[in-house]
Amino acid sequence: MKIRLENVVKTFDTFRAVHGVSLDIGSGELVALLGPSGSGKTTILRMVAGLEYSDGGHIYFGDQDATDIPVRDRGVGFVFQHYALFPHMTIGENIAFGMKVSKLKRSTEEIEARVKDLLRLVKLDGLQDRFPAQISGGQRQRVALARALAVDPKVLLLDEPFGALDANVRRDLRRWLREIHAELGITTLFVTHDQEEALDLADRVVILNGGQIVQEGTPEQVCRQPNSAFVMRFLGDTNSLKTTVANGKAQLPAGEIDAPGCPDGPAEVFVRPGDLDWASDGAGIPADVHQVLDRPGNRRILAATVQGDTLEFDVAPETVVKAGDRGMVRIIRAKVFAAG
Amino acid sequence: MHATRSKKPPRVGDAPAIRRTLIAITLLLGALLILAPLLVIAVQAFSEGWKVFAAAIAHPDTLSAILLTVVTALIAVPINTAFGVAAAWSITKFDFPLRRLLLVVTEIPFSISPIVAGVAYLFVYGLQGLFGPLLDAYGIKILFALPGIVLASMFVTAPFVARELIPLMQAQGRDLEEAATSLGASGWRTFLSVTLPNIRWAMLYGIILCNARVMGEFGAVSVVSGNIRGQTNTLPLHIELLYHDYQTTGAFAAAFILTLLAVVTIIAKVALERRGAGRRRRAPIVTPAPEVAK
Repeated sequence: MKIRLENVVKTFDTFRAVHGVSLDIGSGELVALLGPSGSGKTTILRMVAGLEYSDGGHIYFGDQDATDIPVRDRGVGFVFQHYALFPHMTIGENIAFGMKVSKLKRSTEEIEARVKDLLRLVKLDGLQDRFPAQISGGQRQRVALARALAVDPKVLLLDEPFGALDANVRRDLRRWLREIHAELGITTLFVTHDQEEALDLADRVVILNGGQIVQEGTPEQVCRQPNSAFVMRFLGDTNSLKTTVANGKAQLPAGEIDAPGCPDGPAEVFVRPGDLDWASDGAGIPADVHQVLDRPGNRRILAATVQGDTLEFDVAPETVVKAGDRGMVRIIRAKVFAAG
Repeated sequence: MHATRSKKPPRVGDAPAIRRTLIAITLLLGALLILAPLLVIAVQAFSEGWKVFAAAIAHPDTLSAILLTVVTALIAVPINTAFGVAAAWSITKFDFPLRRLLLVVTEIPFSISPIVAGVAYLFVYGLQGLFGPLLDAYGIKILFALPGIVLASMFVTAPFVARELIPLMQAQGRDLEEAATSLGASGWRTFLSVTLPNIRWAMLYGIILCNARVMGEFGAVSVVSGNIRGQTNTLPLHIELLYHDYQTTGAFAAAFILTLLAVVTIIAKVALERRGAGRRRRAPIVTPAPEVAK
């Protein structure tokens, strides 16, 4: 099922949560809505679900205008951030709920068989008689997904699906959700504030800020060609150096950097920690090491340039370096955006 | 070293002297203020023997008062329960302009003296009141009759169910209802299968408190009932009447019945609380199942 948002607007009291968002989601696509809190991503998801009505614009499911279809009849599966499992029902009853209240009548045997199938799909066989309070967070998340899938939704919507779980469980569940999506091929839209999660999981990432889409594209596109300082900063750790652009070149103490498409004037150079190289002497920007943080795969150096810009970058574990050392930082790769 | 340490209280503020003093004060005041009067009622009720007690209870006026009290509760409690659930639902699940005002309004009966409520009803429905002449023209009798008694009782006990439910439903949020609706459940179905099971203990607790207060209400009812013996006298009013007539045994016998109703209510409350708490406690004791998927 294709989903199309056309200039969708939502205002809460006086606060405009979503400003004219237009978005096309292909059938079977797995799309992430990524943004900081307050960027309107959850509001968009809830409008697609029908849990909130939009104040303007249209939402199409396939060719049908779904803007005014109530959530009950919209045929979406919604997985809530805190799962919203019914605490007084067993896992089996939770999953069966949608089928029991459906207008489409199913026999008890049919429902039971489907519950078993779904439990197998989410790898929770044999837990149907437990209560939600008796299973772990990761298991609850999977029950919530099974419950949403039980009604054969046209679209699957997940609100911060892994937000409340610890890092390891989150990584496992991410891989597992990818597998389920590949198996069922159901159009899926999920909300997250975690860039890593969005980039790992989604076919396409939609980055939002202040209720508007800032950039959308495949993980590769948004990572390699961020279109703004916001996207650059939001997608991962980055260093920024003040500069001025003249004739398409950013001027830095260590030389010039290409700044295609950047207007002349004050600008910022953005460099990922991995795109900086460190040497005790040679060419580059002179910098003083302030602190060395040891991590499993490398050593992270916090340093300051003579100009006062702070820099963070990683060096190989065997590098000998300590606070107070002076060395030279070389920029391997950078993006330049106009300041402001 | 060890000896001095063992003399110290295990926790801050847990010194034996303080503990014993506080417990003693509580027990003493509890016995003096609460238990002693209850005992006196029982002793006085049976002071002239079981037969006199039974005769006092079997008096037609007393029986009529008991019946009226029970009937009032049977009407007022269900209506107030419905009101309480509706009010709690609206306040916690919807956003609307006068939400906070509604919250305050539901609390008014708690802070207003019941007698004021009674007098207010007198002014609204009395013959010299706002709707009195109109109602009288149609032959509808509200004051000095069952409807007035029920209305006054309902006014006084309106907040009980709502006040029990609002904090709970606020804490539960709207997620469960939204989940049920997104799975295709109708509003009514959502209420019955999702909302109600999660608020039932709080609701029952509210109902029990509401019931206790309806049966015991004196001030508001005394103004609107007119104290017609055998007709509009509820049990609390009847007790006062008997007492003023110097029918001490009769008064205490009726008081004993009213106390009995209250005690049964309290026992029901404790029993419900235990079941409710038991359910809440049981769940987390079971260790979470190991992660199966990998």
